Amino acid sequence: MDQLHSLSLTAALALLDKGEVSAVDLTRAVLARIDAVEDRIGAYITLSREHALTQAQEADRGRHAGTAGPLCGLPISIKDVLCTRGLRTTCGSRILESFVPPYDATVVARLRAAGAVLVGKTNMDEFAMGSSNESSAFGPARNPWQTSHICGGSSGGSAAAVAAGECLASIGTDTGGSIRQPASHCGVVGLKPTYGRVSRYGLVAFASSLDQAGPLTKTVEDAALLLGVIAGHDPKDSTSVDRPVPDYRAALTDGLKGLTLGIPKEYFAQGLDPEVEAAVRHGIEVLREAGADTVDISLPHTEYGVAAYYLIAPAEASSNLARFDGVRYGLRDKEAGTLYDMYRRSRSRGFGSEVKRRIIIGTYALSSGYYDAYYRKASQVRALIGEDFRKAFARCDALVSPVSPIPAWKLGEKAADPLSMYLTDVLTIPNNLAGLPGISVPCGFSGAGLPIGLQVQAAHFEEEKLLRIAANLERRLGIVGRRPELANP
Amino acid sequence: MKITAEEVEYVAGLARLELTPDEVAAMTGQLDRILTYAAKLNELDTTGIEPVTHALAIRNAFRPDAVQDSLPREEALANAPEQNGEAFVVPRVL
Repeated sequence: MDQLHSLSLTAALALLDKGEVSAVDLTRAVLARIDAVEDRIGAYITLSREHALTQAQEADRGRHAGTAGPLCGLPISIKDVLCTRGLRTTCGSRILESFVPPYDATVVARLRAAGAVLVGKTNMDEFAMGSSNESSAFGPARNPWQTSHICGGSSGGSAAAVAAGECLASIGTDTGGSIRQPASHCGVVGLKPTYGRVSRYGLVAFASSLDQAGPLTKTVEDAALLLGVIAGHDPKDSTSVDRPVPDYRAALTDGLKGLTLGIPKEYFAQGLDPEVEAAVRHGIEVLREAGADTVDISLPHTEYGVAAYYLIAPAEASSNLARFDGVRYGLRDKEAGTLYDMYRRSRSRGFGSEVKRRIIIGTYALSSGYYDAYYRKASQVRALIGEDFRKAFARCDALVSPVSPIPAWKLGEKAADPLSMYLTDVLTIPNNLAGLPGISVPCGFSGAGLPIGLQVQAAHFEEEKLLRIAANLERRLGIVGRRPELANP
Repeated sequence: MKITAEEVEYVAGLARLELTPDEVAAMTGQLDRILTYAAKLNELDTTGIEPVTHALAIRNAFRPDAVQDSLPREEALANAPEQNGEAFVVPRVL
């Protein structure tokens, strides 16, 4: 038997059902794994050891009494941007260093109701702004495959924790690729649901029209299981969509006959790392062997996605982050004599440089005289990008491509040049601008041993199709059990 | 130059941020590069295109105006840097 910390959710559930392990066993194994590797990974900002063990004991009692929910007793981590009642929620920022939410995000409430054991809150780029985890005020999480390299971002702590066995699965959020990109870099599965599929209530807002929570897991089936628990309408989020939640695990065993996969040529353009291209092209061949047809597709406005996104997302952020003013929660500079100085000093001390940069870009893009040239223009280009996808899905069922144009890079390598980091988001951003579902599934490794993910995107609310395609790839590639060795340094 | 140091300082003020001279210098260069890149959007003719601010065509979500429990005051105040048991306390405004 595998070590308990390396089990998938579904494998652990099977053992729990047979009575071969208890939730307490699983939780202890995960906590022991954290003790063994966390000083090298830095996947967590806050751990909840004692409460996790209490939850595990309750889960074991529930299972005994026959009242087990679908995640009963499974140790899971949560990105530190989702509010957890009674458990510190920092968003990776000094400004919320001591914030203890008085309520649960709906996603968290659903996980608790399903019996999940919450191990802790995972590391992230500050306010989910970043692609490398380096903007976390608590220091970056590192890539478990090579700890000298970035784990990706912004849900980097979640991806690293899953890859390193520091939880069985995690929940992250994706505004411009923040679930899919770290999943790709850490060799795990990351699913970004359709905008509106999962409630954003209690998700500390970065860019409200783009943010969406979703699972990071060891297997595609686990992603299907978790999505089924967290998806659904929530009266507390008026942008959550009221439509039935299917059984996402039902279609995983189907083959791909009758499906047409679009290969968007702009996603294989100049700048794509040859090893990434080779791994993804191999993945596409494997999907053809599973019965899929392929067709060449053009998404002509892809190259404008980064420019549009880095105006729209900061614009929304500059408004959302106005709430951090030192009044109701968060850090306050107590020396300031006037309200105005208190706002400025509290915010300047509390926010890191990437957050300040985006607040200033966003404020500039929305300011008088520049609104039409920047924010309005970007929102028009957003329409064009959405139209590209609508036309594409008239010709194919899903789009297959790389996730990140390059494998994980070395920590610090892009830290001095924000634009060079923004440009690495080119293949994940259009998806968010159009509100589509997308998944990253492992498809290979670089010569240096760093994971490479394959991205599948589909039309709104077609998560079942994504999962079915990803499951076929996973079954045929047979790399799902490959985990980082994490040899002693 | 798309943006000057004075503009960065002005916009920082609008956003209630206070930057050190070093921060202003670094940020001016970075923002200039980012805004120069963003000008790429001007390659596209968007005349007559309706801006999209929301990916799904969701209309207003109405619900009955029924009274529900709200957060107890004590819990709502618990995270405040300064409070008096009834309200958030801020420096004098007047």
